[in-house]
Amino acid sequence: MPANWSEEVHRIMQEQNVGQVAYVPDTGLKHVIELVVADKKMRAVPLTTEEEGVALATGAWLAGQRSVLLLQSSGVGNCINMLGMAIECRIPLLMLVTMRGQWGEFNPWQMPMAQATASVLTAMGVIVQPVERADDVAETFAAAGRLAFNTNRVVAVQVAQRVVGAKEFK
Amino acid sequence: MNTANKKPVIDRRKAAAAILAKRGNALVVTGLGAPTWDTAAAGDSALNFYTWGGMGCAAMVGLGMALAQPKRRVIVITGDGEMLMALGALATIAAQQPRNLSIVVMDNEHYGETGMQVTHTALGVDMAGMAKAAGFRATATVHSMAELKSWIPKIYSAGPVFVDLKVTTDHAPLVLPPRDGTLLKLRFRQALLGEA
Repeated sequence: MPANWSEEVHRIMQEQNVGQVAYVPDTGLKHVIELVVADKKMRAVPLTTEEEGVALATGAWLAGQRSVLLLQSSGVGNCINMLGMAIECRIPLLMLVTMRGQWGEFNPWQMPMAQATASVLTAMGVIVQPVERADDVAETFAAAGRLAFNTNRVVAVQVAQRVVGAKEFK
Repeated sequence: MNTANKKPVIDRRKAAAAILAKRGNALVVTGLGAPTWDTAAAGDSALNFYTWGGMGCAAMVGLGMALAQPKRRVIVITGDGEMLMALGALATIAAQQPRNLSIVVMDNEHYGETGMQVTHTALGVDMAGMAKAAGFRATATVHSMAELKSWIPKIYSAGPVFVDLKVTTDHAPLVLPPRDGTLLKLRFRQALLGEA
């Protein structure tokens, strides 16, 4: 994964005044998480399961802070019912979803949720913006953040496995 | 496991009213079902965020508020079933150590909205013990109003605080607050931040 992609995502979160960054780790998000944890101006909140991050974002927005949720595609399914609250209340939330179960996947257990990720998010009313190339991550993430925070919507940037690389089992 | 369960005696409406009488400008989040009605019965406020869904959200909504407003007390009033659905949140909250967050569980040991099936707390699960083990600063299981009265100052002291109140299953009249999510959000933000 190119380091500049992660650095640009972190810079955009700073520019867009994101106060809380919740995450369940993914290899593809490793560098972004490290940058967030090291940044004293944003609160890094490690979660036990991804739906906690949707509830956290709701409380954060009610009390005046923007938030981002970092997760891998397998965690999207964990969020579905909780997203109903964010959608009903028109809570702005920017999700950065790194994909498994696409480009060169080794683990068959990753496939069902990965292939359903965009469909289930869309079914819940989340706006999904896919990214297939590393060079497009920053521009898409910045635009998705403006969309989420200016229009009070949940927006997911879906970063393809081709960008983050397939996990190697060796 | 708490194997010596006593039959709960606390009146949930009296307990909610006693806790909220001291709220000042605290922010309040309620878990869906009876805790929402209990809080509405104690008096509506724009600084109450009543949830009507998203079961398992209440504690984490409270954490998001507590981190965003570290100088304001945040009180989560929820039920045993709602809290049991989000036990991982106890770990997530404890890891953040918010001094201003207090969780109050109205524990009637039953799923009151769905036909009074028993919850895990009726079967011996000690949620205050779980919160303590997670790293909450102050925890208790409270069995009487007298005990609650002595505990109320701790609900407003350094957190994270977790109080499991053993309340009766007696029926309390429905007191329904507004339920449109955007209305609840907008009036909360307007009251707290002066902007929608």
